[in-house]
Amino acid sequence: MTSDYMTRFLALRDAKDYHGIIDSIPYARLLGVEMSEDGEGNLLFTLPFAERNVGNPILPALHGGVIGGFLENAALIHLMWIRESLEPPKVIDFSLDYLKSGRPQPLFARCSLTKQGKRVAHMLIEAWQEDARQPVAVARAHFLLA
Amino acid sequence: MTPLIDRMQQWFVSLPHCATLGLRFVDSAENWVILAVDWREELVGNPATGVLHGGVITSLVDTCSALSAFTGLEEAEAMATLDLRIDYLKPAQPQQTVFCRAECYKLGRQIAFTRAVCYQQDMNNPIAHGLATFMRASSRAVLGGGQA
Repeated sequence: MTSDYMTRFLALRDAKDYHGIIDSIPYARLLGVEMSEDGEGNLLFTLPFAERNVGNPILPALHGGVIGGFLENAALIHLMWIRESLEPPKVIDFSLDYLKSGRPQPLFARCSLTKQGKRVAHMLIEAWQEDARQPVAVARAHFLLA
Repeated sequence: MTPLIDRMQQWFVSLPHCATLGLRFVDSAENWVILAVDWREELVGNPATGVLHGGVITSLVDTCSALSAFTGLEEAEAMATLDLRIDYLKPAQPQQTVFCRAECYKLGRQIAFTRAVCYQQDMNNPIAHGLATFMRASSRAVLGGGQA
């Protein structure tokens, strides 16, 4: 991403054009990601169930890579959303713990920035379905900021 | 390549999400498997540069690592990812295929431990590393079809 993209991203953010943001990321569009803000102004990411995101048709369950990609995408958007920088963050590492299989239902995610240093940011990400107290997966990630 | 890997690779790449990404089987021997994904505009995460989204790498590593756990098995069983860590060493070059070579370095009675590298032109110059653990016989639903 160049600063042109970040300029556009920040304009979409200021307009609260959630659909426009997802639409600008081909992979997020392919998964079918949606985003919104909850009552307290926190970003909420939603992945409506889609047959093409299934990884185990017998259970059936969402593909682990879909859950991971959805969370990584959520973290990246969340970080760009809360910063003013024109420098796009880069993922350094991404670590996922799978706690439950992803049922054929909507999957939700929210992120929190645990630390923002000069060069590195640390984020925690959580995904759940029916009950936010029973996460489907939790993840942590480091991003390079500069 | 074992008969089980041949059967399982066909099943894995046909899974809806894997087919959506276009994952394909390349090779397998001993305790390792190589899968690949070809570059496509739909898989891009970075619209300005055309670099693949990290989620594509995650799916590739998860699928390839799970498949590698079957190299030491004679019969299919359920296999659930417990955890997965990816280190992004450098961005993938746009327009180029990404390969993943995963090996199951320890197949325990209950847990399979795997490590993977993703690369484009040169396996010795990887774009990402992945480490994963899998729970064996994680449900009655056997991967590859059927019930235990």
